[in-house]
Amino acid sequence: MAASSTAALLKVELRDVNLRYFGLEGETEALRGISIAIEPGEFVAIIGQSGCGKSTLLSLISGILMPTDGAVLVDGRPVTGPSRKVGYMLQQDYLFEWRTILENAVLGAEIQGADMVKARERATGLLTRYGLGQFLQHLPRQLSGGMRQRVALARTLCTEPDIVLLDEPFAALDSQTRLALADEVAVILRRERKTAILVTHDIGEAVSMAERVIVLSRRPGRVKSEHAICFANSDGARPTPLAARNAPEFNGYFNTLWQELEVHVEG
Amino acid sequence: MSKVESLAGASASPQYLAWLARERRGHLVVRATQLAILVVFLILWEMLPKALIVNPVLTSYPSALWPTFVELLKSTPQQASILTHTWATVLATVLGFTGAMVLGVVIAAALWWWNTLYKVLDPYLVVANAMPKTAFVPIFYIWLGATMSIYGMSLAISVFITILMIYSGFQGIDPNKIKLAQTFGATKGQILRKVVLPGSVPTLVAALKVNAGLSLVGVVVGEFQSANVGLGYLIQYGSQIFKMNIVMTGITILAIVSSVMYLAISWLEAAVMRRR
Repeated sequence: MAASSTAALLKVELRDVNLRYFGLEGETEALRGISIAIEPGEFVAIIGQSGCGKSTLLSLISGILMPTDGAVLVDGRPVTGPSRKVGYMLQQDYLFEWRTILENAVLGAEIQGADMVKARERATGLLTRYGLGQFLQHLPRQLSGGMRQRVALARTLCTEPDIVLLDEPFAALDSQTRLALADEVAVILRRERKTAILVTHDIGEAVSMAERVIVLSRRPGRVKSEHAICFANSDGARPTPLAARNAPEFNGYFNTLWQELEVHVEG
Repeated sequence: MSKVESLAGASASPQYLAWLARERRGHLVVRATQLAILVVFLILWEMLPKALIVNPVLTSYPSALWPTFVELLKSTPQQASILTHTWATVLATVLGFTGAMVLGVVIAAALWWWNTLYKVLDPYLVVANAMPKTAFVPIFYIWLGATMSIYGMSLAISVFITILMIYSGFQGIDPNKIKLAQTFGATKGQILRKVVLPGSVPTLVAALKVNAGLSLVGVVVGEFQSANVGLGYLIQYGSQIFKMNIVMTGITILAIVSSVMYLAISWLEAAVMRRR
């Protein structure tokens, strides 16, 4: 076991986590023996096939689910419930159609009882930076899918979390918007030095965005392998996701992960 | 993006203007047909008894209603003015459906809050809703007296369907919206106030539509039995002394009351839906 000094350095740690869902038909084992350590500022992607428990993993870190066995730690402390340090971006924007864009963006701050004047200022700043400055008083239905997902990002970052959990946040978008927005989001999260955990079944997305990719096996989800993603770059900085897709290393990582996932098309 | 642009400014091309004109004409045709149906109905109602094809004693006719109405406006020692009757019916109806809405929201929220409570009460609610509440009119009269029994019937007839409708609206809220609130650490009360209730506004309007009509039914049936005032009483009285003019005038006013309620709720619905 790691000494407490190294444990304190970790932003997120899962120690031998098991999770079983209970139903009248019996127990379903979703995750088995998961141990993951994530350092501050790291961008980690978790990939696996549908139903391997990827989203469950994020629910555990965010504190809306408790593990059946094992421990989940954020900043060295066991997670007991939703924390202000953790922001969660879901698969769709889930904007509230009865709230304006600005009101949607400050939802988290409102629930957490934060200073609303500051929250509105911060949300306005974020939305303006994401090119939505003139839509603050619009309703969600007046915005396109990509714009709505950017509002969702502003809503997540408005509460100033250290850790951002991304649960296939681009899955519902068309492919161009998806690439462009993934690029924007990765740049924003890196610039703000957030620790990010991205769950996806899109190998390209994982390789282009993350520094480390963790592959989960099929149900019950176990950590199958981990891959550090490195791009040789002249200035030493990490390339943006769009640039990474053109890097010579990209295809190598892609193929390795493809084989790891053992994708079988059924039927 | 195109969605936003079309909102920003619609340049009126000739094709667009032609489309608008077609739309407007279509709208006009619907309105004109609605009016025509009403006019044909009134003409048939006037002509068939006059031509003695149907017995005028049984149906009265529209032209006889206005003189009857004017006559009924006067209050005599034996009979209150028709305005008093109308007011009594409207008041009882409004009290009934307002009570049903308030109780419906409170009880549906309680059922949402305590799932076990819902599981326990579910069969009772379904049976209570299916019961013909009008069977209780005589009992309510004995329990609650002349006036309160009408309010009680107005409430009883609409409250159960309101509870069931609002509860199913609460259940229909996207669980991911609730999950989203939970990721910010929302309490159950916050989820109710910020997600479930505002998300259920369309359901509340739909419930209001149903129970406003039902409450009116409850009031009129209640008045048949127990009242000495109200349109239900007036209709009952008119039929007992075999004056169809009084009965038909009462029914016509009921139709007008229903129409006004319908318009008010449509207006409310439009105001609410503009936010969505």
